[in-house]
Amino acid sequence: MTNSADIVLKWISSKGWHLFPHQRDMLHSADLPAQLLIAPTGAGKTLAGFLPTLAELASHPHQGLHTIYVSPLKALTADIKRNLMTPIHDLNLDIKVEDRTGDTSSHIKRRQRADPPQILLTTPESLALLISYPEATKIFAGVQRVLVDEIHALAESKRGDQLVLALSRLNGICPTLRRVGLSATVDDPQAITELLSGSADGCPVCLADGGPAPDISMLKTDVPPPWSGAGGRYAVEPVLEQIKQHKTTLIFHNTRAQAEIFFHHLWLANNDHLPIAIHHGSLDRVQRQNVETAMTAGKLRAIVCTGSLDLGIDWGDVDLVIQIGAPKNVKRLVQRIGRANHRYNAPSKALIVPANRFEIVECVAALEAVIANDLDGEKRGSKPLDVLCQHIVLVACAGPFDADELYAEVCTAGSYSALSRADFDQCVDFCTTGGYALKRYDQWHRLMRQPDGLYRLRDLRSAARIRMNAGTIQDSDTLKVRLQRRRGGKPLGEIEEAFAATLSPGDTFLIGGQVVRFENLRDMTVEVSRQANKKPKIAVFSGTKFATSTQLSARILSRFATKNWSGLPRHTVHWLEQQTRISTLPLPDRLLLETFPRQDLHHLCIYGFAGRNAQQTLGLLLSKQLEARGLAPLGFVATDYATLIWGLEPIKTPKSLFDPDDLEQGLGDWLAGNAVMKRSFRAVATISGLIERNLPGLQKSGRQATFSSDILYDTLLKYDPDHLMMQITKSEAMRGLVDFSRIRQMLDRIEGRIDHRALPHLSPFSAPLFLEAGRVPVEGQAVERLISEHTEALIKEAGLDF
Amino acid sequence: MSSYHFTLAGASLVALGSGALWWPEKNLLCVSDLHLGKADRAMRQGGPMLPPYETRDTLYRLEADITLTRAEVIVCLGDSFDDKLSGDRLPEAELQWISRLQTGRRWIWIEGNHDPGPMELGGTYMSALPEPPLVFRHISSSQENGEISGHYHPKAQISLRGKSISKPCFLLDSDRLVLPAYGTFTGGLKTQSDVLCCLMRPEAVAILTGKQARPIQMPRD
Repeated sequence: MTNSADIVLKWISSKGWHLFPHQRDMLHSADLPAQLLIAPTGAGKTLAGFLPTLAELASHPHQGLHTIYVSPLKALTADIKRNLMTPIHDLNLDIKVEDRTGDTSSHIKRRQRADPPQILLTTPESLALLISYPEATKIFAGVQRVLVDEIHALAESKRGDQLVLALSRLNGICPTLRRVGLSATVDDPQAITELLSGSADGCPVCLADGGPAPDISMLKTDVPPPWSGAGGRYAVEPVLEQIKQHKTTLIFHNTRAQAEIFFHHLWLANNDHLPIAIHHGSLDRVQRQNVETAMTAGKLRAIVCTGSLDLGIDWGDVDLVIQIGAPKNVKRLVQRIGRANHRYNAPSKALIVPANRFEIVECVAALEAVIANDLDGEKRGSKPLDVLCQHIVLVACAGPFDADELYAEVCTAGSYSALSRADFDQCVDFCTTGGYALKRYDQWHRLMRQPDGLYRLRDLRSAARIRMNAGTIQDSDTLKVRLQRRRGGKPLGEIEEAFAATLSPGDTFLIGGQVVRFENLRDMTVEVSRQANKKPKIAVFSGTKFATSTQLSARILSRFATKNWSGLPRHTVHWLEQQTRISTLPLPDRLLLETFPRQDLHHLCIYGFAGRNAQQTLGLLLSKQLEARGLAPLGFVATDYATLIWGLEPIKTPKSLFDPDDLEQGLGDWLAGNAVMKRSFRAVATISGLIERNLPGLQKSGRQATFSSDILYDTLLKYDPDHLMMQITKSEAMRGLVDFSRIRQMLDRIEGRIDHRALPHLSPFSAPLFLEAGRVPVEGQAVERLISEHTEALIKEAGLDF
Repeated sequence: MSSYHFTLAGASLVALGSGALWWPEKNLLCVSDLHLGKADRAMRQGGPMLPPYETRDTLYRLEADITLTRAEVIVCLGDSFDDKLSGDRLPEAELQWISRLQTGRRWIWIEGNHDPGPMELGGTYMSALPEPPLVFRHISSSQENGEISGHYHPKAQISLRGKSISKPCFLLDSDRLVLPAYGTFTGGLKTQSDVLCCLMRPEAVAILTGKQARPIQMPRD
C-alpha cells in the first residue's frame, strides 16, 4: 500500500499542490474496513475519498468495478467525473469512470451492467436498482471500496436507509468491501459511524480542522421586511448590490416556489443584465446541467437555488452565500455557509435575509447559535419497514433468496441492526401476499416460496414493473411541464400533481424563472405556452420542510422574556412593541392564545413554539375538540411557532381546550381519520410498493390504475387496521409529522399558565400564518353547512326547480 | 332528510346521499358502476396487491340502502364487475352475500362496457331496462326524455370560502340523469370535462353525494 500511495503523492507534488493533513491520513489508512471523514466543505473531502482508489489503481490494474461513489445528488456525479479526468490522465490510468443516475439512458445502463467501469458514480436509488439485476453478483464481485459522500444528509432521510440496505447486499456479495463516509460538520458523529459501519461500535473518525470562524451577518436593508410572506422580494435591491460586489453568489431558499418567485423579481430589477441563473430539483435536467457547467466555468454571477445545491464539491469561485428566509436549524445553516469561499483556510462569508418580521428574530437567534457553535440535533427513527419491503422485492428480482440469510444480511445494515425477526417476517409476508387479514389472491402473489424454501418472484416479467416503481424515495407526485408544440415541446421541469389539479386553461405560473400559461393536460404532461406579461399564480412545490429546532425556539423565547432587542433592526423592535401593545409577547413559561374575527370566519391562534410538526398535531387535536363542541372548524395551518385554526363559530373559552390528559387521550383515535396521517400513508404505501407511481408510459397502455391513497387508507382503517402499512404510517406519523413529545414538552413548560387575548382583529404575530402554505382541511359539519348555505342561496335564484 | 327529491319525465325520484337512486313509486333502487372485483383485476394485471375489501365495502353500503328504502327491485346500472373474470372469481362469502340481497327481490344487471354478457349469478341480464316513463341503460345514448344512465363516474369540484370540495355527484337536467359511481375504489371524471359538458344541458344540476344529497349548479369552468 505504501508503494501505491507514493505514486499518488509524487503526482500531487508534481502539480505543485499540498495535501491537507486529513487527506494524507485518509490515504494512509485506506485498509480500514470502515472510516468516516468529517470536514467542512472546501476541504477536499472528495479528493480525500478518491486518493486511495487512484493509488490502488495506479499500482494494480483492476478488472471490473473497483470503487463505487454514492452521493445524494445526481448533479455531483457529472462534476466529479470531470475532476477525476485530470489525475487519471496524468497517472496514465487505463480505467473507465462512468456515472449512473436516473438521468442515464437505458442503453448506457444496459452496457454498464454487462461491462462495468472501474469507478462508478451513482445515487442511492440507482444503486438499489442495480442490485436488483441477476447480474448483480457478477457486477459487484471484485468491488474494493464504496465512498458515501454527504453521508450526513443521507442519514437524515429514508434514502440513507435505502443506501445501507443496498450496502448490506454488496457486503454479502463482496465481504472485503471497504466503506468510507464523507460528512460535513454534524452534532453527533457517532451516530453516522454506526450508520456507515452497521455496528454499534461505530468506526474510526478522521476529523479535519474546522477552518476559521465564518463571517456571517444579517443583510442590511433600507426597506424592512413585510409582516408576512415567505420570500425575500423586498431585499432584491440590496441582494443585487451584494452580487455586484462578489464574484459568484449562491442565494439559498427554503422552498422551490420561493426560489422561483425571487428569481423572477431579481431579474425584473437586473438592469445591468448580470448573468444570474436558477437551480432546483424540479427543473428539467438539461437546464440544471447547463447551470452547473456555467457555474463551474465561472460564467455566472449568482445562482438562485434551494437545497439542491446544499451539498457539493467545490463549485468554482463562490465567495458569498445568501440565505433567504430563516434557516430553520443551525446545523443546516453552518453546512451551507461552509460552501462560500471554498478556499479552506479563509473564512466563509454569509448573509441572512429574513423573509418577514418574525423571521428576523429567528435569524438573529440562529446567528448567535452559529457563533456559539451550538448545533442542534434531531434523532431520526430507525429501521423504516417500507424501505425494507422495497429492498426485499428488489432482492427477489435478482434471484431467489433464503429468508434466514437475508435477515442476517439486513441486520448488518446500519439502521436495521435492531430489526426483529417478527418485523422482517411481516415484511416478507407483505411482499408475498399483500399482508391482509383476509387471505386472497393465492395464485397472484407477488413472491412465492419454492419447494426448497427459497422465495422468488412468481412472475419474472413483473421485475421491470417493480423496478420502475422502486427507486427514488420521494413523497410527492409530479407531472412534467412542456412547452406546447405539435411534436413534443421543450421540457421545462416538473410541478406537483396537486398543484396541476388546481389549474384551469389561462392560469399562469412560474417555472424555471419564466411565466407560463397553462394550456392543457395531456398524457400526464402539463402543456404550457410562454406568457411574460401576466402575474403568475404561485406553483406549490412540496420539497423538504424543516421544523425550527427546540434550541432555536428556546433562544427566541428567552429573548422575548428579557426583552433583549440587541441585534434587531428598529422596524422589528417596533413590530414587537406593536405586538406587545395590541396583544402580548409569547413567553417561555406561558402559552399565548389569541382569538379574532376576519372575513366571515373566526380564528384562534396558538403560540406554542413547538416546531412545525408539533404545531400541526396541535392543530389536529384542537380542531377535533372544536368539532366535538359544535364550533364547526374549517381548517388550520401551522408554522414553527404557531397554529392558526379557523371556523364558522367564535371560540369563547379556548383555555379549556388545553387539558393535557384530554389531549393525549384523544390522540390515537383522532389521528386515525385525518389528512396528516393520510399524507404519511401515501408516502409509505408508494415506497413499499402498494401504490404504483404515476408513470406516463403505463398510463397510455391503460394498464395502470391510479389509486387514490386516501381510499386505500380508509379501506384499511375499516377492514384491516393492523395491516403493516397502517403500523408503519402510525409510527412514522407519531414520530415525525406528529412529534407529540414536543407538545408534551410545551405543556410541561407552561404548567397550565395560559394567556388568552380576545382581539377585534388579527395581531402582528398572527399575520404570517395567513400566507402560509400547507393548510390542512377539516372535514366536518362546517363543510355541510357551507354547502347548505350555498344551495339555499342558489335555490333563491330562479331556474333551479325541476 | 339526507336525500334530494326531484322529478324527471314526470317520475318522482330521490337521490340518496350514498349515490344511489330511489324510485318510491316502483319501490326501485338503482346503483351504477359498482366495479366489484377491482382489486382482484389490478392484481391479475400484474399490479400491486390492493386491499381485497372493496367488494364487501360496496355490498355493505348497498345493503344499508336496500334496508333503508325497503326496495323490492334493484337495478345495477352496468360495470357492476370490473371485468368478466372478476365476477367469476368473487369469493364464496361475497357471492352468498349477493344472493342474500337478491332473495325476494327482482334484481336486474344492466350490461356495461366492463362486464358485457351475463354472469353466473342470480338476477336478470339486460342491455337496457325500459320502465316507462323512464329507461335505464349504462351509457347515455339517446335524446329521448327520461333516461337514467351511469358510466361517467361524474364528480363535482367547487371552492367555497377558500376550501376546495370534491364529491361524486348525480348530473340532472330535464332529459336525463347520470348516476355517480357507487363502488369503493372507483375514481371520478370532473364535470368540467368536455364529454359531460356536451352531454348535459347548460342549466344542468349536480347533486352532490355525502352525508346529505345537495344540488348545485353543474360546475363547468
